[in-house]
Order: sequence, then structure tokens, then C-alpha cells
Amino acid sequence: MSDNSEFLKILSDKVAGVKIVPTPPGEPSAMVDRESIHEALDHLRYDRDLLFDMLVELFAVDYTGEEPRFEIVYILRSTKNNARIVVKTRTGDEGIETASHLWPAANFLEREIYDMFGLPFANHPDLRRIYNPDDFEGHPLRKEFPLEGKDFDKPFVVDLEKA
Amino acid sequence: MAETKYMTINMGPQHPATHGVLRVVLELDGETVVSSIPDIGYLHRGIEKIFENRTYWQGQPLTDRLDYTSGMSNNLAYCLAVEKLLGIEIPKRAQYIRVMLSELQRIAAHLLWISTHALDMGAMTVLFYGFRERESCLKVLETVAGARLMPDYIRFGGLREELPEGFLKEAKAFIDDLPRRIDEYETLLTENVIWKRRLKGVCPLSAEDAIGYGVTGPVLRASGVNYDVRKAYPYSSYEDFDFEIPLGTAGDVYDRYLVRLKEMRQSVRIVDQAIQKLPEGPIKADAPEYVPPEKEEVSKDMAALIRHFKIMADGIKPPKGEAYASIESSKGELGFYIVSDGSEKPYRVRIRPPSFLNLGSVSKMIEGSLVADVVAAIGSIDIVLGEIDK
Repeated sequence: MSDNSEFLKILSDKVAGVKIVPTPPGEPSAMVDRESIHEALDHLRYDRDLLFDMLVELFAVDYTGEEPRFEIVYILRSTKNNARIVVKTRTGDEGIETASHLWPAANFLEREIYDMFGLPFANHPDLRRIYNPDDFEGHPLRKEFPLEGKDFDKPFVVDLEKA
Repeated sequence: MAETKYMTINMGPQHPATHGVLRVVLELDGETVVSSIPDIGYLHRGIEKIFENRTYWQGQPLTDRLDYTSGMSNNLAYCLAVEKLLGIEIPKRAQYIRVMLSELQRIAAHLLWISTHALDMGAMTVLFYGFRERESCLKVLETVAGARLMPDYIRFGGLREELPEGFLKEAKAFIDDLPRRIDEYETLLTENVIWKRRLKGVCPLSAEDAIGYGVTGPVLRASGVNYDVRKAYPYSSYEDFDFEIPLGTAGDVYDRYLVRLKEMRQSVRIVDQAIQKLPEGPIKADAPEYVPPEKEEVSKDMAALIRHFKIMADGIKPPKGEAYASIESSKGELGFYIVSDGSEKPYRVRIRPPSFLNLGSVSKMIEGSLVADVVAAIGSIDIVLGEIDK
């Protein structure tokens, strides 16, 4: 990644609750408070000095035992400035506001997080599970979810009466 | 007044033109698509979850199984992310070989695409031509990796082993022959009236939409956006090579076809340069705590044997941190974000599959087009469900 600290600085000047944190071994990223993430993303997308028009990546990390538990990571790219930055926020089970009105790409990516971590995104246009069936129980990428899934060691029997 | 009702039809998951198990629910007004919902997950294996429960070494073969048409590229992306975490420098020779192999893999993947896409569009001959060359390309890759689709040859710290004897000659023969073959496809398709009528102006995607949907790779470049990871964030010594980024203008299916064809020609150039400039030297990084010793060394030297055992049995322990590395695979930007907590297993591995985001733009692409063009749109973004479903 190219030098991104100038963009992070612009962001932290404009939005309250933005901290620039080192992320070894790479370059610094911005840690944004849950309350300000909506405003921060809006600035990143439309501010004339930033214009991050491409959402490269959006995913969550489960830090069980820490408070708040989940970290949501955005990797953004600006076509105009040819820059890429990492923006993060922390949230508990309550989830955060959607970013799909800023980048349509967030639609699929947020559905994936909803499916895998069970974090809801407020105002998402179509918040459904994306990989697993709708009646699936649990969220596979949460740390407490067993690797082999529920009832993995039991034989798979189709109930013909029910089917 | 009669009431207008839309018809909902289901396409897939067993449809031959969906290239795997993709299901699309289409809402139709007559022959026109009003809206559509792609439904995925039929191939979901939870690779990200498996990664968290394997050592870094054991995670490596999983990457082959993501985009099964370009295993070398997947290996490379994962290795770059791990190497970034470890902070190790890869010798020039290994970097050049990596470039050479991932470009050969790109050619193989594009050949597969052009063959199947032409078949989808009703041009059957191209399939036989394309698969002939793909076969010789896979043979070249097989001599180096021992496998056609799951190479597992690029390892972090360098490469699995030194190139086999005669590989360079074989690779050179293949790429010397290829431009003539690409000319053949062009004769069959590029100016073909049926082909042009079928593809021109079909399912276009504007540059703005493409960027907004996070589309990457040939689909994005067909819309005229100059973004290629190889140029924007050069990795593995791509800055040493002289090549161009083909761009489209209209962003329709025909432009995506042209961009991929031109990309193959550029790949030929890159492989040619890599063969010519290939430096001598080691193929593994000088980092004894992370990189296992050579096989010959293990059978001669006790210390090397112990070191090999320790690395394989205990795994490696990268320092605490996070790293994102991305490459330009044949489908687009393939990225790995690895979070390490200092143990032998990664805390979190996030894969950014290019096909996943490219698929997200399909609904936009086919809005207002005919049902028959849905097949063209899905084919033109070159999705691989193994990668989307992870």
C-alpha cells in the first residue's frame, strides 16, 4: 500500500472519534468510534479531498473476550488519488449502520458478515444470509462455533415423514 | 385495465451456463429482466473457518481450491500475505519464477474462459481450439508442479523446489506458439458478424457502477477504468516487466472479450521477458526459522533434519500483526487479509474473492436486458463458484 497517512489525517481532522493506530507490520489505519463510523464513511466517500469511491474489502474479525467484541474492517480505494486505506471500527452484537448506500459493493459484503458473524446492519436493503440456508442455526465464523459444526459426528438421516 | 404481473423464473443451480452452482431468480416482464437476485452458497465449505484451525503450512493447499482455474495465483496471494507478516524478502529468482507461473496460469484461465464463453454464445469451434492450447499450457505447469489444477508450488519463503530441467524450453515453446493461436481465435470471433451482433452493446456496465460495485479485473478494465494491481501496487517484481494494461471503452460483453484476448498477449510478453531475464540464485528466502531446508540437505545434515521437522510439526509463528496482500488474478483483485495473534495458527484469514464482488454487479448489468443475455452477462464476468462460495 502506498503512503496513506495524509488521508487518515484529513479524516481525523474532520470527524471526531477517529484515531490513527499503527497496525504492524503494515501502515497505520484509522480506528473510528462506533458512533462516528457512519459520518466518517460518508466523508471518505464524498469529501473532495478524499473521494474513496471503491470499497475493496469489508469484513469482520471476532475478538472474543474483548469489549466491544467485533472489529469491522473496511479497505477503501480512491481511483482519483490512487490510494488505499484501512478503516476499522469496533462493535458488539448490536451491529452498525449499513454502507450500501455509499458503495453498492457493501450489499453483498454486509450480508456475508451478517451470515458469518450475526451482526445486523441497520437500513440494509436486503439483509439475508448469503451462504448458509435461511434456517441455519449459529454463525460459523464466531469463535465459539465448532469447526465441524453441530451434530457433525451423527449420521445424516432424512426424515421421510417430514420431507 | 388489465393488471400487469411479472413472472418469476428460476435459473440454476444446475444450469449449464452458470459455470458451477449459481442460482439466479429472475423477475421478468415478458422477455425483459426487471430485477434479479443471485443466490450463492451451494459450494460453501467454510474455508476461512478451516484456515483458523490449521497451521500456516496446512492452510496453503486450501488456497488451490478457491479459484480452481488459477491455482498458482491463489498460492501467490496467500504467500505474499504471510510473507508480509513474517517480513521476509524473497530472492529475485523466485520472484521472477512466480511472475512467470502466474502469467502462464492467467493464460490457462483465460483460455478456459474464452472456450466456454464462446460455447455459451453458440460458437462451438472455439472450444476445441481453446482447450488444445489450454492443455499444452497445463502440461507446462504440470512439469513444474506435478499437478494440473492444484499446484501448491509457490510456498511462502519462495518456491517448493527448483524448476525442473527443460521447463524453460517448454514454456518458451508454448508462448512462442501462442500468439499465432490467439490470431486463430480472433479470426473465428473478433470480426465475426454473429459474434459481434450477439455481444456488442449487451449488458454494459458503466465505469461508475463498476467502481461502486467493487468490480475488478478484466470486467472493470473493459469499462475503461485503469486499475490493475500489477501496476497500481506492484508485487513480486512486476515493476521490472514491460507490459500494457488493455482497456475497453463500452464496458459491454464484447469489450470484456477483447480485453481478455489482449491480456493474453500481454501475458505472453511478460513470460517471455521473465524467461530472458531470469536471474541465477537461490529460490528460498534466507530465513531459517520459517523456511524449511532443501530436501537434499535434510538427508545429509542432522541439524537440517531437525529444523525441517520443527517447522513442519510445530508450524511457524509469525509475529503479532495484520497484513493485507493482493494480486491481480485472472478474475480480478484477489486479496488475503491475515490477522496473526503470534501463535502457529492464523487468528483470522479473510479472503477477498474477486468473483464474489464481480457477481454482485450482475443484477445491475442485466437489469432491462433480455433473458437470453443473462447467460452472456454471467459468462462474461468469468465467475468461479469455488471462489465465490469459499
